[in-house]
Amino acid sequence: MWTRLANPGHFMRWSGALLPWLAGLSAAGVALGLYLSWFVAPPDYQQGETVRIMFIHVPAAWLGVFFYGSMALSAIGTLVWRHPLADVAQRAAAPIGAAFTLICLVTGSLWGKPMWGTYWVWDARLTSMLILFLIYCGIMALWRTMEDPNRAARAVAILTLVGAINLPIIKFSVNWWSTLHQPASILRMGGSTIDPSMLYPLLTMIGAATLTGLSLHLYTMRTEILRRRVRTLTIREAERLDAGAVGLAQARADAVPLGQAL
Amino acid sequence: MIDLGPHGGYILGSYAFTALVLCGLILNAIRDQRAQKRALADLQAGAPAGDRP
Repeated sequence: MWTRLANPGHFMRWSGALLPWLAGLSAAGVALGLYLSWFVAPPDYQQGETVRIMFIHVPAAWLGVFFYGSMALSAIGTLVWRHPLADVAQRAAAPIGAAFTLICLVTGSLWGKPMWGTYWVWDARLTSMLILFLIYCGIMALWRTMEDPNRAARAVAILTLVGAINLPIIKFSVNWWSTLHQPASILRMGGSTIDPSMLYPLLTMIGAATLTGLSLHLYTMRTEILRRRVRTLTIREAERLDAGAVGLAQARADAVPLGQAL
Repeated sequence: MIDLGPHGGYILGSYAFTALVLCGLILNAIRDQRAQKRALADLQAGAPAGDRP
């Protein structure tokens, strides 16, 4: 079933039918999440209203890491099975993951100034997130340097897998080193440390942002498939024109009588 | 209107930056898909890509 769904032709059909629903659900989820985080969640007893930045910072951080994880899985699909859709998925995910990582870095910085007294510290969590953003940029740059998509896919897949070492470093950086960034407060042994009045709006925003990211990913995967079709047809057209030009030159050469100067 | 306190600029700045990046991402995705669809339609109609207006 997975093989059939992952066939590019089938993918275009089912993703085309699913996308409007997914996009509608994402918009409704974002609207609900914003309502809960602005009008239902109370101000924090220490952070005050600044806690509202967390409702976008945490989902952005999650999606930055989530899309890189999905790219690492796609990289395995490219290297092991050479599945055409694996590279398409990877290529479509990179700008989305980079955008969410950038949002995470900037919103974290804007939260840090009033709460920590500084926009930036070279703390393990912040630095590993910055490295994630730079890896995303490197991957997108590498794609642009290679003309042949198959060669680019293999090179990018290897770079992605090497960069995946950063994911556990991001997750456990707050446990392994003494950091200014607080330790895990949602996914931790013994349950979340966040009060339910803030946890549910936060989980709603995380869910809504994930749906939005997945909708965008499906949409850009469809664009990537179209781009590859355009490339194939352009090459065929160029070959056809080349063959026509060679045939015309041959016909002209044949038309010139032997011994006559060309 | 909610009183955002002394750090309102940071809060609104965070949301504005997020909105800006997401809108850019969505608009760029739409523009890119339209361009690919146009190029594909031209190629399938038999017109070389370089001849498009």
